[in-house]
Amino acid sequence: MYWILPHLPNGLSEMKSAFTSVIARDFTLAIRQGGSIGTAIGFFLTVIVLLPLGLGPDQQLLQRIAPGALWIALLLSVLLSADRLYQTDHDDGSLEIMALSSTPLEIVVLAKASVHWITSGLPLAIAAPVFGFLLNLDTALIVPLGIAMVTGSVALSLLASLGAAITVGLRQGGLLVSLLVLPLYVPVMIFGVLASSGAQSGIDNSGTALIILVAIVLAALVVTPFASAAALRSYMR
Amino acid sequence: MPLSAIRATNIDGKLPARDKEAGFAESYGIRQKYTENKPHNATGLREPFLWYQLSNTTFNQGLFALNTARMRIVGQQLACERGGRMVFAGLDFTARAGRMLVLRGPNGAGKTSLLRLIAGLAEPAGGTLAIEETSLPADALLGEHVHFIAHQDAIKLHLSVVENLSFWSGFFGGGDVPGAMTAMNLSALAEFQAQRLSAGQKRRLGLARLALVDKPVWLLDEPTVGLDTASQKLLADMMTRHLDGGGIIIASTHIDLPVKSSDVLDFATLAERAE
Repeated sequence: MYWILPHLPNGLSEMKSAFTSVIARDFTLAIRQGGSIGTAIGFFLTVIVLLPLGLGPDQQLLQRIAPGALWIALLLSVLLSADRLYQTDHDDGSLEIMALSSTPLEIVVLAKASVHWITSGLPLAIAAPVFGFLLNLDTALIVPLGIAMVTGSVALSLLASLGAAITVGLRQGGLLVSLLVLPLYVPVMIFGVLASSGAQSGIDNSGTALIILVAIVLAALVVTPFASAAALRSYMR
Repeated sequence: MPLSAIRATNIDGKLPARDKEAGFAESYGIRQKYTENKPHNATGLREPFLWYQLSNTTFNQGLFALNTARMRIVGQQLACERGGRMVFAGLDFTARAGRMLVLRGPNGAGKTSLLRLIAGLAEPAGGTLAIEETSLPADALLGEHVHFIAHQDAIKLHLSVVENLSFWSGFFGGGDVPGAMTAMNLSALAEFQAQRLSAGQKRRLGLARLALVDKPVWLLDEPTVGLDTASQKLLADMMTRHLDGGGIIIASTHIDLPVKSSDVLDFATLAERAE
């Protein structure tokens, strides 16, 4: 972090102030503009309701696929609001002003990804075990599923912010974000499902899977802010 | 880190263009210069070459003491390329502390491009851009010491006037929100959501950022668009105060602002000279 050095006396507090103000502003905007939290949960619920209708009322089958189905629904719902992450800031010029400040763009990216997580990933992860009853989810899996989803959704929001940053200058970026980001969601989903499926044929790997999931989250936390900020900068050139 | 070490690493030209380490070197009194001394190669890629030289700033001022009294922004033989088209080339200018540099010229002449170059939002296709005679711990691209007022107002429509200003004040690590509202006559509108404001009032809200946080260099891209005469007067007063305080203003404008001590950089004559 050599670039912090010249600003050390006042730079850190300035960065903290910038970080919290972006979080406060985006959270206020998310609440005031409405839609983002409600739409995501509504979409999530719709997918979960449609699934038993399509598969038929086989309770054994539903119980077996419940964790995987919930995870797929989570991935899709998190992506719903992703493409707007930087769009408004880019369009109204705020992003350029932020890029000109002494606060690194990485901090801005981190703040915006946090707000995305608070307003879409976290509520969905909390709602998922409840919606799981519609899929006859094993009650023993409610807690592991909740833990795995709260953890994994952090990585989902960070990766969504990367996709949003790469497509920020494009008018019709929404679908492109999904195409770019969904492949990156594969490891999160694999280990997320594993961590929330409990014992399968006698072997319980869920603890190991959760640790790997945490590792993925940490890796995303380190890599995606820099990648997103680089993408945003290249758009401003 | 000893100074010789900084110089040695930088002479290699290994630093990426907007590296913050430039600020690090600058804060120890080393002036960075960007230059472009290679012609365009076949692929059109350019390799910026940069070096540092010791400037005459004194060390006992403290790393962050602003000494902008004799500050100058000097561009030499600047060239700008956008979307494969040469916008301008061979541009020389000097912006001095306490004076306003007015950019004039037809649409598309490159006024906005020049402002973006100076702000560091774009990189020159050729020539040098240097900040001289200052103790600012700036990288050569000024960046954080610049107020850039672009065509967009950078305001959020769903936030009120005071919330918009409070956000920027928090983002910049502290600012004078009531003072900024007074400067642009927005106090009566403080609690209104920005989407209820007229175009001119939105512009005033965008311009209020200038009074919110003190920065030595103002880059204004047609700041008077949408402003009535009373608001233009407020803006001119604000600009005069900034110049009196030793600040630099570079503004592109089509109307004459009642601001004393201004130089003019005319893009039309530049184009004629090029032909």
